[in-house]
This record gives sequence, structure tokens and C-alpha cells, in this order.
Amino acid sequence: MSATLPEPTAAAVPASAPRSLFPFVLQLADTSLILAHRLSEWCGHGPVLEQDLAMANIALDLLGEARSYYQYAAELEDQGRTEDDLAYLRSAVEYRNPLLVEQPNGDFAHTIVRQFLFDNFHYHLLRELKDGPDAQLAAIAEKSVKEAAYHLKWSSEWVIRLGDGTEESRKRLDKAIATLWRFGGELTTPTETEKGLQATGLVPDYATLLPAMQAHAEHVFAEATVPLPTAVFAQLGGKTGRHSEHLGYLLSELQYMQRTYPGLKW
Amino acid sequence: MEKLVANHQELTAKVWRLLGEVSDPEVPVLSILDLGIVRGVKVTGDEIHVTITPTYSGCPAMNVIATEIRLRLLAEGFPNVVIHNQLSPAWTTDWMSQAGRTKLEAYGIAPPVDGTATGHVLNLFGKDTAVRCPICKSTHTHMVSQFGSTACKAHYQCDDCLEPFDYFKCHN
Repeated sequence: MSATLPEPTAAAVPASAPRSLFPFVLQLADTSLILAHRLSEWCGHGPVLEQDLAMANIALDLLGEARSYYQYAAELEDQGRTEDDLAYLRSAVEYRNPLLVEQPNGDFAHTIVRQFLFDNFHYHLLRELKDGPDAQLAAIAEKSVKEAAYHLKWSSEWVIRLGDGTEESRKRLDKAIATLWRFGGELTTPTETEKGLQATGLVPDYATLLPAMQAHAEHVFAEATVPLPTAVFAQLGGKTGRHSEHLGYLLSELQYMQRTYPGLKW
Repeated sequence: MEKLVANHQELTAKVWRLLGEVSDPEVPVLSILDLGIVRGVKVTGDEIHVTITPTYSGCPAMNVIATEIRLRLLAEGFPNVVIHNQLSPAWTTDWMSQAGRTKLEAYGIAPPVDGTATGHVLNLFGKDTAVRCPICKSTHTHMVSQFGSTACKAHYQCDDCLEPFDYFKCHN
């Protein structure tokens, strides 16, 4: 989303790029962008400087990843919209991110639980996408999976620190799990669009990701001495455009400049 | 024909030489060749194609680097520069030159220790990579945070001279 310079790079898009991937790539883009924005809200407010930097670093990785997806989505759509149009000029009902990533930061424990749920899915998804049939999606995933590994390690270690930490940290972690766990299921519950793409093999079947995600979560929660929630109700909606009230407020800040001064360039 | 081929090779070599004069805006002691960001140069007719790859997805230096490549080549009379952004194969610190590593340490940033990438993500609270302090050269150091002043660096502290320092993370 650099409105700064005439775009200096030309994304290499294979001529046979399957246009049917557009909604899926857009969903990936929205997801990374919204979580990056949430994490960036911590900038200058982190509990300690090192963790403030960590969240800013993760936000930046996700923003970079989101840009790659938006650029690719714009190419796939081929309607003259740019990455900036897709990020700045779509309303909340057009966004396709899962509900989890738009949830407010809350306290540090809420941010960590949200991040852990996302990272555990994101890392395992990227590992599949990097070997997938679509060359451009595979290239973006190959790049991002290295970064996602750092993210998952970070959020996993913090779940353990908070869970097996003090009485207060444990209380906060438990509360965050009780609030946020219901949003984890949407990540691996395919929409009709995703089901269609999974049938063609362009998108990995999420059921194949579950064993590795479950094994990692079991390991982390055992170390954290916290019982792993089981059979939790999954709140769906974001991936089909039915969002919580939070997204509108987030977008009004994220899109403020382009909405107020259309076409503004730095 | 032979002369044309020779000219072409000379021109390509010249472009590589000029790219060696473009420094990384975040780590000015390193050229973009030291970092391994430039993946290819191709001269076709009067166009020069330069392929670059980002270190990290969100590296904010990439736009600046692209602009500086254009300016450097323009100053030598090459106005038609096409810059390609390549994501795959993904950048790795294995591509950092030996000269770059030496310059990095002299500048006060510990160079990457090869073969120490994050590894398996289940290796939680794993042992920190033993990194040599770029100031007093002690290996008695510890990691403060995996995330440092830029995406490519971790934050370390020396237990002997007590100085904090940046470590350019091994990334592969």
C-alpha cells in the first residue's frame, strides 16, 4: 500500500493465472491486513519495549504479505483496480477476513491468544500453499512461511509464559481463551467458495492441516499447564462478509485518508 | 558480431559494478550485492532489467532500493531501467557475501551464524544461537528478543562488555 512512488516493481503473473482464485487471494490479503492493523495499534503501548518491537515486526511482516496478495488479487481480477483500491476503498461488508483477526486487542493475553490461534493456522496453511499448484501463491507462501515460523514460536512461548506464569497472568490467559476460542474454528471451516477451490486442488483441504495444528496446540498447552479447550462452538461470518461491529471502526481509521482525500498520494 | 557480444558483456559487467555502489538504506555499510538482494541483470536493446528480491515481506527499504538503483543507473546514462520483484526462490542469508559479513561486524552488527535458522517451531524456548559480540568479540552473549530494530535483526546483549547489539538473523 505505498501510495508514495509510481510502483517500481512489476509482479510476475503467470499468463494462465486462474481467475477463480481471486476471492481466496483477497481473503488472505484482508486477513493479513486486518491483523497487521490490530497489531500496529500496540505500537508505543507494548508492556515492555522488546515486545512492543516484536508486535511491530510481526505487523510489518503481515502487511508485506498482505501487499503481495493484494497485488496478485488486482492482477487476477483484471478490472483496473489496484492494491490500494482493494485495501482502502472496500466497505466492511466487502471484507473477507475471518472474525478472529478483527477482534480488539484487549489486554496482552487477548492479543497473544488471538495471535496463537491465527499463527497456528497461518503457518500450517503456508506450508501447504508453498507447494501448491499456483506459482504466484506458492512464491508468496514460500517467502512468508519463514516469517510465520518466527510468529508462531513467539505466540506459543507467550501462551506458555502466561499460562505457567503468575496467578494474575493465568487468570488473564484463561479469560482471553474463554473470549476468543470460539473464533478459531472459522479459520478451518471452508466457505462455499473455498470448498469449490478445494475441490479443484487450488486450495489445500483444511482437514489435512488439523492434525499438525492440534499436535502443536496440545504441546503448547501442556507446557502452559492449561487444559486445551475441546469441541468449542465456532462463530462463523467474517469470511462471508458478516462482520462484528469492530471491523467498521477499524476500517474507518485504516481508510480515513483515502476516504477523506480520494486519490491522495504521499 | 563478436564486437557486439563483447560490448554486451562489458555493459552487463558495468551494470553489476554500478549496483555494487548502491547501499542498503537500513544498513548503509552493505551494498545490495553484499546482501544478495540482486538476483539478475539482463540487458536487452536499450533496456536494462534488474531483478531484486525482498529480504522480508514487509521490508520498507525495497521501494527506496528500487529508486536508488534507477538513480544510480540514470546518472551513468541508462534511463530505461525495468525493475522486477521476484519472491521465489525466497531470500536467504546464505546469499550474503563474505565481504558483507566482515563489513557488518566492523559496523557493529553481528553477522548471521549459518545453519541456525529458527528450525522447527516446536523447539520452544530453544537454546539461543551463540553469537559473537561485534564490539568485544566475546561469545558470552544472550538473546534479548528474536525481533530487533528491523525485521532482519534480533536483539542481543553481551554478558562481558554489557553492550546491547543487533544480530543479523540467519534466515533460510
